[in-house]
Amino acid sequence: MATLDIDSRAAQLGIDWSQVHLDSIHLPPGENFGIESDDEGVYHDDQLEFDTGFGNIIVVDNLPTVAKVKFEKLETVLKKIYNQFGVIKENGLCMPVDPNTGLTFGYCFIEFNTPQEAQNAKEKTHGYKLDKSHIFSVNMFDDFDRLMNVKEEWEAPQTKPYVPGENLQKWLTDEKARDQLVIRSGPDTEVLWNDPRQKNTEPVHKRSYWTESYVQWSPLGTYLVTLHKQGAAVWGGADTFTRLMRYQHNMVKLVDFSPGEKYLVTYHSQEPSNPRDASKVEIKVFDVRTGRMMRDFKGSADEFSIGGPGGVAGASWPVFRWAGGKDDKYFAKLSKNTISVYETETFGLIDKKSIKVDNVVDMCWSPTDSIISLFVPEQGGGNQPAKVALVQIPSKVELRQKNLFSVSDCKMYWQSSGEYLAVKVDRYTKTKKSTYSGFELFRIKERDIPIEVLELDNKNDKIIAFAWEPKGHRFAVIHGDQPRPDVSFYTMKTTQHGGRVTKLGTLKAKQANALFWSPTGKYIILAGLKNFNGQLEFFNVDELETMATTEHFMATDIEWDPTGRYVATAVTSVHEMENGFTVWSFNGKLLYRVLKDHFFQLTWRPRPASFLSPEREENIAKNLKRYSRKYEAEDQDVSLQLSEQDREKRRALKEEWERWVMQWKSLYEEEKLERQNLRDGEISDEEEDDDEAKEVKEVEFEDVIDVTEEVVEE
Amino acid sequence: MRPILMKGHERPLTFLRYNRDGDMLFSCAKDHTPTLWYADNGERHGTYRGHNGAVWCCDVSRDSSRLITGSADQTAKLWDVKTGQQLFSFKFSSPARSVDFSVGDKLAVITTDPFMEHTSAIHVKRIADDPQDQVGDSVLVLENPEGRKRINRAVWGPLNQTIVSGGEDAVLRIWDAETGKLLKETDKEVGHKQTITSLCKSADDSHFITGSLDKTAKACLWDMRTLTLIKTYTSGVPVNAVSLSPLLDHVVIGGGQDASAVTTTDHRAGKFEAKFYDKILQEEIGGVKGHFGPINALAFNPDGRSFSSGGEDGYVRLHHFDSDYFNIKI
Repeated sequence: MATLDIDSRAAQLGIDWSQVHLDSIHLPPGENFGIESDDEGVYHDDQLEFDTGFGNIIVVDNLPTVAKVKFEKLETVLKKIYNQFGVIKENGLCMPVDPNTGLTFGYCFIEFNTPQEAQNAKEKTHGYKLDKSHIFSVNMFDDFDRLMNVKEEWEAPQTKPYVPGENLQKWLTDEKARDQLVIRSGPDTEVLWNDPRQKNTEPVHKRSYWTESYVQWSPLGTYLVTLHKQGAAVWGGADTFTRLMRYQHNMVKLVDFSPGEKYLVTYHSQEPSNPRDASKVEIKVFDVRTGRMMRDFKGSADEFSIGGPGGVAGASWPVFRWAGGKDDKYFAKLSKNTISVYETETFGLIDKKSIKVDNVVDMCWSPTDSIISLFVPEQGGGNQPAKVALVQIPSKVELRQKNLFSVSDCKMYWQSSGEYLAVKVDRYTKTKKSTYSGFELFRIKERDIPIEVLELDNKNDKIIAFAWEPKGHRFAVIHGDQPRPDVSFYTMKTTQHGGRVTKLGTLKAKQANALFWSPTGKYIILAGLKNFNGQLEFFNVDELETMATTEHFMATDIEWDPTGRYVATAVTSVHEMENGFTVWSFNGKLLYRVLKDHFFQLTWRPRPASFLSPEREENIAKNLKRYSRKYEAEDQDVSLQLSEQDREKRRALKEEWERWVMQWKSLYEEEKLERQNLRDGEISDEEEDDDEAKEVKEVEFEDVIDVTEEVVEE
Repeated sequence: MRPILMKGHERPLTFLRYNRDGDMLFSCAKDHTPTLWYADNGERHGTYRGHNGAVWCCDVSRDSSRLITGSADQTAKLWDVKTGQQLFSFKFSSPARSVDFSVGDKLAVITTDPFMEHTSAIHVKRIADDPQDQVGDSVLVLENPEGRKRINRAVWGPLNQTIVSGGEDAVLRIWDAETGKLLKETDKEVGHKQTITSLCKSADDSHFITGSLDKTAKACLWDMRTLTLIKTYTSGVPVNAVSLSPLLDHVVIGGGQDASAVTTTDHRAGKFEAKFYDKILQEEIGGVKGHFGPINALAFNPDGRSFSSGGEDGYVRLHHFDSDYFNIKI
């Protein structure tokens, strides 16, 4: 491998490796040959502290100076005092005596068994009053050197020159307002611009073996986190991706950011040596910017998971769920019968205790507020009803709760702006043999949080997928029987009936099993992934009309870009063939395809929330024509330029080809005689040329062969 | 473009060959009988009976009088095209994989597979004018040219001076047809990464195209004299067959996923499409679907107005181009 690298590098630089005499090379002096290692850790590691061996000795000052007579008495007193803090070593107390006067100097050394004891004793007895005039002054022996060297005059500490950090938001200022995406294929991880105008991607940064498992953007897109054996690292910056910080966590497996990207949670689980034991889990919470570990949690996987076998697989991720909003104030963990809510100010539990909820199995934060929704299933064989409750944090007040009967399962879906909560409830039929589904819809922002019950037109329909319109008031449901279920759209708000949920429409018999709303709402992709082979239907919910129906064969993943302008569909390496991704416009027009073998991951770089108020956004949408004119002109320019480039390229290709053809033709001519000889003199080449010249002409002509007259008798 | 479906073979197709006039189409398949078809309406004209194994390859003489076929029964046979009679049988000790008549039809190059203790070999045979005088001796034998690796195709270079071969080791080689000396071979870096499955010469022997199973599955266009790589066409699936249009600057590439994996997925996953590319710009123009197994053989009619494809599914599909085809602009 290494020699291969060297060979390729040499070839790149145009060096003939075989001509190089290794002995003639003089390397620059120094251990690193004058080349700074790019692993700054090598240089910035703390200098190792060498243990002087005196760490467990303290010096007690301001003792009374005593003569020989009283020496022993003082010694007993001191021993008495210091034995409280630890074990003084044998002959560990030493009080020197001035040989001239026979008096003590007024200080002594005490050696403890351990440095901790010494430290403790120092802290506890510094300032100890033996009597009025003798107040102890205690120091660690090790500190003496340092304290003696303190300069007499105070020196102002040097202020380090301010080093401006990189602009981590630079990608947002792209002139063409493009979005970035990261892909992983084979050993390579690449960050690319999506350039729909050029119908291609433009590389930003590429690295082989950038990560050892996967990569993830932070929720606002500022950082890209990579996972390594030693821990996680975040990357970002203005132009290229530089490493901004590292977080040490051996064998980290999973990471999660807080929504305001202030904190990074890393997870590591270790398979137990005894398969019956639960695996060991270690979770650390880091401050993203300083890299400081704020808190770590250790325990067996059981403590971090609920329901299911848990044990071997480890905890379900994310273990810690962050409260909504961007202030990253609270995070919560669900465990058996409790919900533990931590606050980030102290990284301790709120009010120092968890919330006790018997048998709780699921919890969700509101995406915007510090409200937890939780679900408790039925207990006691149906005697105690199931319950869905909303709990306000940090007050832990239950805002609303609803009891539900004969429930088999519940799923909670928050709308992205925290206005609504939909709870899909699967209930048993009377016979308890089958289940049917309905929805409980909570209107969080209205007074008293009214709850509405929604049942599908056909109660027995199975619900295959559910999705809220982001920032909107609508939701879509796929229901019915495979392989051709129906898709229905509902709205929580209509002009006619203000506060009632109403159905907008149903699309019958669609090949879909997943819903992907555009991040700006209005558009949705009804996708048939997996066994539907990647059917895609781009649907406009405002107009309730299909914009396009297409297919990305075998597509496994679909992801909208953060602006809702483009969609990427990908076939990842779960399939062998046709790995790669396709980018579509929001209305289902195919823009371009990129094929990559061993394609693992595609993630768009998220954008932070817009600074525009909803009113202004609406205003822009209204006057879109005025704003878009500028961009249309740009589009026009680009397309002209593109074709110009293209033409240039094509002309070059054509010319090159012509040169080949000319060469071949002349050679062909030269060899004509020889070829004729090989063919026994058959003049064949001309014949071929003649073929082309030959034209089949159809000539019609009439010829009078014979004329006879016959008398027709009447 | 409505294809003519030619059902005559019972096993997967292996090779297709038009005669020079473009009125006859010869097909070889894993069943033992090469078949002759009318190239315009796809009617079957006759068969050549005598082989006792899969027939891998064939070539027809310039005057359409002789046919040579190479078969897994360890023979290559000469046939009278008109009567269907076997004129001569060259016996080998391993299957004959590829056959090619030289310019003037006086020589034929035959490759044989590695088999038992025999390595692969390239044989040059002299073809007698009168079949009575035909002898089985080789003019030249290149033993072990690629070791134990199979040679999938060997053809004559310009003026019969060279022989170009390609096979499982993904390297193309040019041999001196007189001495058997290796003149040139392709660089691993530049060329194919996996087995070369097919090779098709241009009409004037100036360049040729090869198809390969390598991951990027490309067909490469090579200069026949210098072995320079000129173009690469990436297809996304393994390539089994390639052909050059004699009329327009088009190449056609066929293939699809491995035959052993076909039944495991939807037929659309296989991409059993004959894909057309612009020869110069290397851009895909379009595709012709229809086969429900990988495409194993492709051939253009010498007039460039029709082409036929043979599939693992046992069908030959004969396509006469619509007039639109001749006006494709990209």
